[in-house]
Amino acid sequence: MPAGLIDSYPFLPDRYDEMLVDRETVRPHWKAFADRLEHLPESSLARRAQFVSDAVEADGVTYSLHTDTLGTNRPWELDMLPLILDHAEWSHLSAAVAQRARLLDAILADLYGDQELLREGLIPPALIFGQQGYKWPCKNLVPASGHFLHLFATDLGRSPDGSWWVIGDHTQTPTGAGYALQNRIVTSQAFPDAFRELQVNTLAAFFRNLQDSLARMAPSDGETPLVVLLSGGPFSESYFEHAFLARYLGFPLVEGQDLTVRDDTVFLKTLRGLRRVHAILRRLDDEACDPLELSGRFALGVPGLIGAIRSGKVLMANALGSGVVEGSALFGFLPAICRRLFKEELLIPSVASWWCGEPPALEFVLDNLDKLVIKPAFASMRRESVFGHQLRGEKRDKLIASIKAQPHTFVAQEWVRLSQTPVWTGAAERPLASRSFGLRMIAAATPEGYEVMPGALVRAAPHSGLEVIPMQRGGLSKDAWVRAESSAHRTTLIKKRLGVIDLLYSGNDIPSRVGENLFWMGRHSERCESSARLLRAALARISSTDDEAEGELDGLLLAARKIGALAAKDSDELPEEERTREALLLSAVSDLKQYGSVASNLQLLTSNANHVRERLSTDNWRLLNRLEQALQPPPVTIDQAMGALDSVMMNCISLAGFAMDDMTRDEGWRFLILGRRIERLARLSSMIALVLKAEQRASENMLEWLLEAANAIVTYRARYRRMPELLPVLHLLVFDTSNPHSVCFQIGTIRRYLQSSARELGHAVPPIIDELDRRFSRFDLTVFEAEQCAPGRSQLSSLLTEAENSAYSLSDEVHRRFFIHTVSPSRLRGAA
Amino acid sequence: MTSVRYHIRHDTRYDYDQAVGESHQLLRLTPRSLPWQTCVAHRIEITPKPQHLRSFIDSFGNKVDALHFGAEHDKLVVRSEAWVELKPRPEIDLEESPTWESVRDLLRYRSGEKVSAELLEATGFRFESGYVRIKRDFAEYARGDFKPDTPVLVGVESLMQRIFEDFTFDPEATDISTPVTTVFANRRGVCQDFAHFMISCLRSLGLSARYMSGYILTKPPEGKKRLIGADATHAWLSVYCPKFGWVDFDPTNAIRPNLEHITIGWGRDFADISPMRGIITGGGGHEPAIAVTVVPEDEFTELYTDADLPALDLAGEKP
Repeated sequence: MPAGLIDSYPFLPDRYDEMLVDRETVRPHWKAFADRLEHLPESSLARRAQFVSDAVEADGVTYSLHTDTLGTNRPWELDMLPLILDHAEWSHLSAAVAQRARLLDAILADLYGDQELLREGLIPPALIFGQQGYKWPCKNLVPASGHFLHLFATDLGRSPDGSWWVIGDHTQTPTGAGYALQNRIVTSQAFPDAFRELQVNTLAAFFRNLQDSLARMAPSDGETPLVVLLSGGPFSESYFEHAFLARYLGFPLVEGQDLTVRDDTVFLKTLRGLRRVHAILRRLDDEACDPLELSGRFALGVPGLIGAIRSGKVLMANALGSGVVEGSALFGFLPAICRRLFKEELLIPSVASWWCGEPPALEFVLDNLDKLVIKPAFASMRRESVFGHQLRGEKRDKLIASIKAQPHTFVAQEWVRLSQTPVWTGAAERPLASRSFGLRMIAAATPEGYEVMPGALVRAAPHSGLEVIPMQRGGLSKDAWVRAESSAHRTTLIKKRLGVIDLLYSGNDIPSRVGENLFWMGRHSERCESSARLLRAALARISSTDDEAEGELDGLLLAARKIGALAAKDSDELPEEERTREALLLSAVSDLKQYGSVASNLQLLTSNANHVRERLSTDNWRLLNRLEQALQPPPVTIDQAMGALDSVMMNCISLAGFAMDDMTRDEGWRFLILGRRIERLARLSSMIALVLKAEQRASENMLEWLLEAANAIVTYRARYRRMPELLPVLHLLVFDTSNPHSVCFQIGTIRRYLQSSARELGHAVPPIIDELDRRFSRFDLTVFEAEQCAPGRSQLSSLLTEAENSAYSLSDEVHRRFFIHTVSPSRLRGAA
Repeated sequence: MTSVRYHIRHDTRYDYDQAVGESHQLLRLTPRSLPWQTCVAHRIEITPKPQHLRSFIDSFGNKVDALHFGAEHDKLVVRSEAWVELKPRPEIDLEESPTWESVRDLLRYRSGEKVSAELLEATGFRFESGYVRIKRDFAEYARGDFKPDTPVLVGVESLMQRIFEDFTFDPEATDISTPVTTVFANRRGVCQDFAHFMISCLRSLGLSARYMSGYILTKPPEGKKRLIGADATHAWLSVYCPKFGWVDFDPTNAIRPNLEHITIGWGRDFADISPMRGIITGGGGHEPAIAVTVVPEDEFTELYTDADLPALDLAGEKP
């Protein structure tokens, strides 16, 4: 476009604009990028915008707000245009963020230690003891690394005069680093040339340092340090980031139940037994971490964790109790504390704040309510911020009464008119809009001091004229490009010499829960695929006028009922009437509430996959996201249902392909394959037995769809070039070990995996699988050469029924052996 | 009055419906040593034997025994036994205490002014905590006893008396999870509830009050003999008063504790000082059976016959 692109940008003279000095002049550090935008054709810009939104969707980036079903994650919105910062400005911001991290770290050390700041009157005790963020059980705990804050995030905003202000701090479980990295990956791909030309600082070194520092600062007692990322699980708001960071940093992603504390030492429950954990990067709130000493929900935390911290056996990043300095009530006290502790002035001040706990401040706030933003004093309160001028009448009176009743729980802040940055709207008239934004910057503790990520998560208001940018309410995010001082300063992507950190990640540390989820992922994906195949074959025949097809449909319905894909029990009569059959089949596809339906299996599959997200490649995630969407919206006609089933099948096949081609073959992977094979063995055996048990003529009528359902019709036709006959079909589907859809192929594979598992994890192979293998290899197929082969049929069908039962016993056996820990803890009933 | 010695036996027993695989427990059962209280001897006997046992002092100064059981077990028995010696507490003239407003103001923050360690400690007990709420209703209720310029301890004594009269002791009315607002609404509860309610009233006025956990000597009914296991744990509260330090009040009995209250420890409320707190895996249903026996030294040999003689028999070792 569009020359004139910049001209059409709505410049607001009463705000600071990041891109423009005035209506005509582009800031020097934006010049190169703005020129580029003006010279790109409209279609190219539109394509890039589409690329960005596709990439975000495909990567499944979400930020969810207390979702209780996995389907309601809020998609992440990323604007394709980066915010550009020049080096000098960046240096100033970065020094200020590092100073602030150091300051809050020192304050935490004091609050949980000698409390000199309280005794000297530099911090009001009410501000600490009057909030739930202060964790009494953590008093006098000394962090193993010497740091309370390992990761720190702070939100900055710029006022009309161009100066920056701190708007909020995040000290408990700072979110943003992972989203910033994700934004970077996408944005740099949308503008690859500009990214190179502008010599943007890369983020990789920051994350490498974070990873390295945690390992180096952990109390390792001479062992190779194991660092885990502790998450609240897929229902956490920023679970995407937990999984993304865990994968990027190479830390096992664990949930509370994966860890146990013995002898004041933290252990990870892995498939090979207990492995000591030396450091925990946690994304669980303070309160939830240790149900024994804190009062949080026991399902999420690790009982006894504080005991391990007390004994100095584990590094907690961040230290428990760090949330106490998160609220903005502390803002007004920081300059004096900074002078007292460091003899320094704050490099960037906090936005003017009045903590209502002090009577003069309370008076000021009540007199100037209209000019102020009223916020909860403490982060633990989860109360919303309100603009004083927006409140009228009863609501205003109510707020005033609440403030007066508990003044120490409120803080008022000056309303900063935030600076503006361009965002892409793609609208013909005005493709660029201006938005208020906040900059979330991240710092990490390293042995050499706090290092600041050379980039930021930019969060822009969802509409122009809006000033509040809460993560929870969505809004737009952006990448921030910091231009390097000179090309020499660009971090090279060539990896430095291998250090301890590079040896960290080993496949041995697979949490049992991960093994369990992979196992079920295998079972559920096979269920989805085989049900889809069978139901598709049935749907294809339902509208047929052909007699033969109708005969086949009867068999298909029986088979679908047998494998549990229909809402009908084995004892139920199957309906005769076409419309009823149709409804039965449609609900077997899309009824989420019906146990065994494709939709419900798909949901289980996604839930398993979500629990092991960090182990799957980006491509794999994309596939799972597509799979999740396959039945959306739920199909209502036969054609739609067949289309949806095709998509389910194709994606399940790709998923299986990824498993073979794209995943590290560690113990976890083996469980995925075991799950798949066990499920296939059960279903296949069950279907073939059903055919064998049918009366001879009917049985012959079933061979065609049996081959179809077993995904072997092409092989059969290529091999025999004739109509299906019993003997060759049985050979292909039961005994042919070169056919990956045969019973004996499943038995062979299961046996092989159990054997290598047994070798590596040190236990016996379940005898049941050897027995099965022996029985099938001894079966004499010549019994089916005879015209009357009833004895052979009944012999083989009972052997297949046995195979089906053995598959289920094996599944139980795998559970007993590897996943037994899944009992959840509860609180001991109290005694007065 | 001279000092008195008590023997305390505090048994807790859990019989789990289903086996417990793993269990972490925190015990706060060791009587603290105080100017008027000496813990002469104390021991805890635990069955089954824990895999790991460690003691530490919590942030309120109470001794905690942390236990971990890693092997399957279907019951847990904890017996805590102590010999404790009490001396009479110093006499206090309540009228001599400073006005309640001056105490309240002293506990308020004044920018840049140094705070003594004692005052800072007191401030920790001035705000809401899990079981204690700060509410206008509570302040209103208490206001009747805190007229302008009332000496703070006179006000507290009078509030204690009023709670004793207004509230009915009723073990059926509440359990551990009953909120203090419900206790206030129904005017019923047990010692814990009365302590939490009175602490709530005092904190709502801006005073500092802490929750006291311990035992109280009971008197057998007229003409009956003292029985083993007939007592219970007890709870009362303590108020901060600049001139006298922390002063105890027992709203359940409308008395100021002296020679019949044995202190285990204190916290902001029950949650900080519950005698046993734990997390288990498995267990199914499990209600604890608790038996407490407090006996003065001179009745000790009469109460315990050979069969159930406590392990901690110091009677014979007295100097």
